This record gives sequence, C-alpha cells and structure tokens, in this order.
Amino acid sequence: MQKCIKNGPLAQLLNAKKAYPVRPEPWKGPPTVSYRKMFRNQYDTDVTTWSPAGRLFQVEYAMEAVKQGSAAIGLRSKTHIVLGCVNKANSELSSHQKKIFKVDDHIGVAIAGLTADGRVLSRYMRNECINYSFTYESPLPVGRLVVQLADKAQVCTQRSWKRPYGVGLLVAGLDESGAHLYYNCPSGNYFEYQAFAIGSRSQAAKTYLERKFENFTDASRDDLVKDALMAIRETLQGETLKSSVCTIAVVGVGEPFHILDQGTVQQMIDAFEIVGEQEGPAAEPDAAAGQEASAEPEQGAAAGEGVAPMDI
Amino acid sequence: MPKQQANWSPYDNNGGSCVAVAGADYCVIAADTRMSTGYIILTRDYSKICKLADKCVMASSGFQADVKALQKHLAARHLIYQHQHSKQMSCPAMAQLLSNTLYYKRFFPYYSFNVLGGLDNEGKGCVFTYDAVGSYEKVGYSSQGSGSTLIMPFLDNQLKSPSPLLLPVQDAVTPLAEAEAVDLVKTVFASASERDIYTGDKLEIVVINADGIRREYMDLRKD
Repeated sequence: MQKCIKNGPLAQLLNAKKAYPVRPEPWKGPPTVSYRKMFRNQYDTDVTTWSPAGRLFQVEYAMEAVKQGSAAIGLRSKTHIVLGCVNKANSELSSHQKKIFKVDDHIGVAIAGLTADGRVLSRYMRNECINYSFTYESPLPVGRLVVQLADKAQVCTQRSWKRPYGVGLLVAGLDESGAHLYYNCPSGNYFEYQAFAIGSRSQAAKTYLERKFENFTDASRDDLVKDALMAIRETLQGETLKSSVCTIAVVGVGEPFHILDQGTVQQMIDAFEIVGEQEGPAAEPDAAAGQEASAEPEQGAAAGEGVAPMDI
Repeated sequence: MPKQQANWSPYDNNGGSCVAVAGADYCVIAADTRMSTGYIILTRDYSKICKLADKCVMASSGFQADVKALQKHLAARHLIYQHQHSKQMSCPAMAQLLSNTLYYKRFFPYYSFNVLGGLDNEGKGCVFTYDAVGSYEKVGYSSQGSGSTLIMPFLDNQLKSPSPLLLPVQDAVTPLAEAEAVDLVKTVFASASERDIYTGDKLEIVVINADGIRREYMDLRKD
C-alpha cells in the first residue's frame, strides 16, 4: 500500500520533538557551522569536560548565575572602600536577602548570584580570618584571603562530583598595603579593581563608574558613599532610589567594616538628590546639606515611606 | 636503678590572686599584677584580667601561658558567635562556654583558676567561679589564686548572707554600693599582700556597670 498520510496525526507524533534525551544522530562529517553553536550542549554536562574550543561550559554557566543576581557594586579610594547592593525581596511580604557580610573588622564582602553559596563562602572567610588572627595576632591581609578564596573556587572546577560556586564576590578590605577591592569569580579567577559592579543591570553602574573612577583615589569618604549611591541608582533604571532598596557598607582607615543604617543612607540620598547631578564643585554644598540633615535624624526616619515591611 | 619519676612538668604557677564581687547593677573584678615563678618575680605589671564581651570580664590566676591560650580561644569563639547571632554574648552564656572549654581539656587541663564577672541580661551583676576543669557556680562574690585562702574568709565575713537554714535565703548579690564594693576590694588586696608573697605590686580593678567598663589601679606592697 503506497498511500500513507504524510502529515497525519501518526506522522506528527513520530516526528514531534521528544521530551526525553534521544540518541544523537550518526556522524555526518565535520560541522559546517561553528563548534560553539553546534556542540555547546554536548560538552556542558560535566565540569570536568573540555569543549573542543578549550572551554569549560559549566564554569561559564556558573558565571551566568552571577549575572542573574541583583546588583552589587564596590569602589575604593586610598583610605576607604564602599560596598553597595540592591535589595530585591521576592514579594512585599518577605524580607530581602542579606548580600553584604562582615568578614572581619577590616574586611567585608558583597555577593551576587546564589546567595546560599555566598553565605557559605562568607563563613569560610570569617573562619580563615579568625584562625589567622589567632595564630599571628594580626589581621589577615586581604590579598591572602582572596587567593585562598580563589583556590577554593578552583577546586570546584576540577572535581567531577562538585559544581562551581554560583556566586561572585566583591571583597573589600584594608590592610597594611592600603585599601583594596577584589572581585572573585566562580572560575577561580580574581582581579583587583578601583571600582566594579556585578549582577543584573550592572553595566549601567559600570558605565557610571568608568566615567568617575579617576576621582575616586582622593575622594573623601562621604563622596565615595554618594558615588556608590549614584551607581546603584543607575542599576535601578528609573526606579526611585530609597534606603529600603539598597544597602551600603563602609570600611576604611580608623573605621571598622560596618553596614550603614537605613536612616543615615536615606539622609545621604536626600542630600544629593536635592542638589541633583552636579560635578566636583558641588561636593562642598553636599557635605553641608548632609550635616544639616544629620542634625535632625527624626525627619529622615519619618520620611521613610519607602521602608519595607519586614526590614531587618 | 630505682624507678624514675617524671621531673619535667608542663605546668608552672605564676601566682597572683583574683577577686570578683557582684552588685545590684554593677560588678567589680580585680586582680593583682604580679607575675612570679618560684621565688622570682617575672614582672610587676602583668594583667590577669581579660574582657571577653561587652559586659563580661574574666580574671584568671595560675599558669599564665594556659590563661593566655584560654583567653584567645574564648575571644575567637566569641567572634564566631557575633558573626552568627549579630550580637554580643551575654555573661551567663559566656560562663557556660568557659565551663565547656575547660572540661574539653579534662585530661590535660588548662592550669587556670578563673572568676568571671559581668552583667546578666537584666543588668544585674553576676559572678561565676571555676575550678581548673570547668566546674562552675553562680555566686555573689569569689576569689581564686594564691591569696584566695586569705581573701575568701574575709569576703565571707563582709558579704555573706546569714545562714539560709535560719532565715529565708537572700540574694547572693551584695546590697553594697559600687564605691563601697571597690573600697572593700582594695582593703582585701592590701591585707592579702601582707602575708601572701605572690600577691602584690599593683592592683587592677575593673568595674562594669550600665555606663560601660571602667579601669582603676592601686599600688600594693612591692616586697
């Protein structure tokens, strides 16, 4: 019987895309399109599998996870480092996740990506600092900590029973050699930065930081915090900047790492938003307005209509 | 050849005395600053008092190397607690931690005789006294160290409430005012320095109250 219904229901069923993995097709010769497009799915099952182009896709996917997390930014001057992050709560009913952690008096970290991984790594960093202090009675140099962190991340890229950490860390620290800001990737790489932003919509913040970074080295602590708030505002892209959507932390000479409280942050937001987007010379009136506002903390707290219901 | 006994000891006694007195809203912790070994004075200016938490201070006499190690251990544990709980440890919590830490080394003890003093969660003074392996008790006052045999009876005479068998049990915390308690401690050490050779040089007094922690010094006999 020659008659068979080409596009009938049976044919459709047989030709439909399968939900389960299917045996790959027989080799038809070398591909005519780039390897990257053709075989990405074949070499990405395991972190211990290289692609023909010499890449570890699982590690790259882990770095994607960082890009999906909410933004975190860091910038430093000669004497201070400021970390900031955007707090995105799942719903109005819930509290937001903690993304900035104190590691020691002189080191703090902001994370983007899988916050659970970030929490675990923070615990590791805290332990390392405590053990170093115990043995050497002095604070752990930041450069040493980031190397240990990077080595720990690297291990997960070379064990078949592990997966890479899905979190990027901005490590801010002060030691004898000055103020430092590092970025640790899931790949096990780390880089030192004058200023950096990670997470979703971080490109907007990076653009802002690239414009302004030359002024950071000699900037005052307050100007640095203002720049951090401006950078965070860039990532919000239109949404109002309120102290309830962001968290700021500072560490510097004579100032142990601490997270600024909501009231202080709101005052600083109010101070520079009144002045608006002005360049350098506006620093003086900004500082004056900031001090005036801090003399009346009541107003700042009362004006918090944007305070989230379950603020920690 | 007769059986030989070990003639090297991992321990040494650096002498000194410690006292702590709890009040209604304060706590006084004091220790002398003499560190000795045998008949030799190593230094006249060594602090036996260590601040473990905001409202919790420990004074320890005995083998100062073990005391130092114990203090460092507790400080590290306190840091971990702060990271996990975002707050300082309370004095009763630290008291339990100290007891557990000491018992952990039950079979190679810290040669450290401690008194822990501070304010509890309600702001009332509390004193905890320990032996070398962690047995502890909350009391109204205590002393440890080489001079404790001279000091303790004196404190009992001045501060102990009448026998609970005859009268209703009174609170162990002394009704004395802060200044009177500090004065008592000074008197106690002056007396102990007279007869105990390991106690003397200088007295360090730490007072914890709602305003914070205050430190005071007083000279003692240097012989």
